[in-house]
Amino acid sequence: MTPAPVTIVKPTLATCALTGCFGCHMSLLDIDERILELIDLVDLDVSPFDDKKSFDRLVDVGFIEGGCSNEYNVRELKEFRKHCRILVSVGACAITGGVPAMRNTVGLRECLEAVYLNGVSLEGEGVIPNGEDLPLLLDRVYPSHEIVKIDYFLPGCPPSGDALWEGLKALLTGNEPALPYLLCKYE
Amino acid sequence: MSDIQVTLGQTSLGPRKIVIDPVTRVEGHGKVTIRLNEAGEVEQARFHIVEFRGFERFIQGRMYWEVPVIVQRLCGICPVSHHLCAAKAMDIVAGVDRVTPTADKMRRLMHYGQVLQSNALNFFHLASPDLLLGFEAPVAQRNIIGVIEAFPEVGKWAIFIRKFGQQVIAATGGRRIHPRLCVPGGVNQNLSVESRDTLRGDVDQIIEWCCEALELHKRFVHSHEALHEAFASFPSNYMSLVGADGAMELYDGTLRAVAADGAMIFEGVRPDQYRDYMVEEVRPWTYMKFPHIRSLGREDGWYRVGPLAQINCCAFIGTPIAEAARKEFMAAGRGGLVHATLAYHWARVISMIHCAETVKQLLFDDDLQGTDLVVTGDRRPEGVAIIEAPRGTLLHHYQVDEHDQVTMANLIVSTTNNNEAMNRSVTKVAIDDLTGHEITEGLLNHIEVAIRAYDPCLSCATHALGDMPLIVTLEDAEGAVIATRVKE
Repeated sequence: MTPAPVTIVKPTLATCALTGCFGCHMSLLDIDERILELIDLVDLDVSPFDDKKSFDRLVDVGFIEGGCSNEYNVRELKEFRKHCRILVSVGACAITGGVPAMRNTVGLRECLEAVYLNGVSLEGEGVIPNGEDLPLLLDRVYPSHEIVKIDYFLPGCPPSGDALWEGLKALLTGNEPALPYLLCKYE
Repeated sequence: MSDIQVTLGQTSLGPRKIVIDPVTRVEGHGKVTIRLNEAGEVEQARFHIVEFRGFERFIQGRMYWEVPVIVQRLCGICPVSHHLCAAKAMDIVAGVDRVTPTADKMRRLMHYGQVLQSNALNFFHLASPDLLLGFEAPVAQRNIIGVIEAFPEVGKWAIFIRKFGQQVIAATGGRRIHPRLCVPGGVNQNLSVESRDTLRGDVDQIIEWCCEALELHKRFVHSHEALHEAFASFPSNYMSLVGADGAMELYDGTLRAVAADGAMIFEGVRPDQYRDYMVEEVRPWTYMKFPHIRSLGREDGWYRVGPLAQINCCAFIGTPIAEAARKEFMAAGRGGLVHATLAYHWARVISMIHCAETVKQLLFDDDLQGTDLVVTGDRRPEGVAIIEAPRGTLLHHYQVDEHDQVTMANLIVSTTNNNEAMNRSVTKVAIDDLTGHEITEGLLNHIEVAIRAYDPCLSCATHALGDMPLIVTLEDAEGAVIATRVKE
């Protein structure tokens, strides 16, 4: 008698890019041919790399790139917290706000005015955008852990493909990540 | 009137608003809204960029030599474009009109490596699932993992062509993402012989795989001729850098713009002249910047940039395999320019071949091991530079005071240049493909397929936040599409 096929339930991974540059997601692709191992290891859930746009199940690991600069970011981060067993803050922007948080020292209105009212190649009167389909901007850019509880932090701008691979592989196989010092870049 | 979010599969009448949020398999944050009227006709379709960062303001006060490594954080896919464009502008600020051959070629090598990897990323990782698996393939398969499983060969090209481009960047700038190569007036290192030899060993295989990808893509084009020609398409103006001899040029050169019929609008425009030829406009009712060609005005002056524009604007490509591919590509325009929006992908693969060939040429140039890296000059107050990023023409403009601090920054990024065109494509697909149909997830993906053709980099464009309505009205007693127009 043929044995029944065994369904292997893989761990699941979700990723999101909040206010950042997508560089941490690019760094994930920098694991190169190990992408094939990653595909064998996990099922990709909600992510900008696929077209699944919302959660319908609990996911094992959530990968957060970017800080929060607007209400959409906050909503998405809270969705990730609600649906991910382990949440990892990846890269400078998620961990500290990063370069986008440079606006915190200037103020939001001044930034908007510089771009929309005083741009040197503008013709005519400028207007600060305020359409109904745009999210409310936050007064400051916030790191992820000021919005939700974060379980792990993976620093770097961006963390290297090797650092992401070692960190994610450990978490997805139920181990505690122990990155060698050389893979941790505090920038 | 309150918006009623549409539920997939719903066919009930009444005004509705369809929202695609977020747009996926593109870089950054965007969403699409489509308004349907009582009769289920598309009343308005908009592609929104929903993030604001404000680089132009918060870069003020920074020392000018810091700028190339800060502004590349605009984008993790094309950081090299911003790094190099800012460096070229800061060369001028540093009083340097010409960097050394070693510096010029190191920068070029890095740039062509990055255009190769970024175009590979868009074509393989983001867009190929639509082309190879179908616009309406199931969501669970319609991604790069589905492509790797169904077409392992394509998966191999995706991984290794992108990897090679990233290795070129790392060899020139020390790391793959947010590298550091440029200083005002030059570069901080030459190319090591070890790196050179490793890359030399791989480059022929990369060129061959790019050519195989082109053959595969041409099979898609020829087996979907009507779709390829009409989908999300319209005639338009085009703009890109070209070399002094009209060659395709991605790193330096002057601006050329051509009209839909191929007539020259302008050429030989230097970066510092940009404000005489281009203008960004805010229309109070849209809250959005519209770049357009000044002489043509707001109605007719919009244009497209990126691989399709680069190939439509140039007279030839200076590397042999890509030039042969360009000739075959232009034949599809039957003597004129190629206007098909999906032809962005075809042009993108030709660009990949051109980049790989150019990288190979540079790897056999001994100037890359030169030791004359930096030139100095007398400080100037202002610098403007233009580069062809993977997604098209990118402009950086800075003013720097006597304390070496930036006092003004103006960035016109590639994706912003394509905003009007992307909205027109979204609108056209909404009208052509959604009108009168039950709205399914697969149909909505058609809208995203149109956006992906432009390879938008929404993080780059986030300093140009806004919605960008092209209001389209469809009026007919039978409910058929009879007219489109731009509402002022």
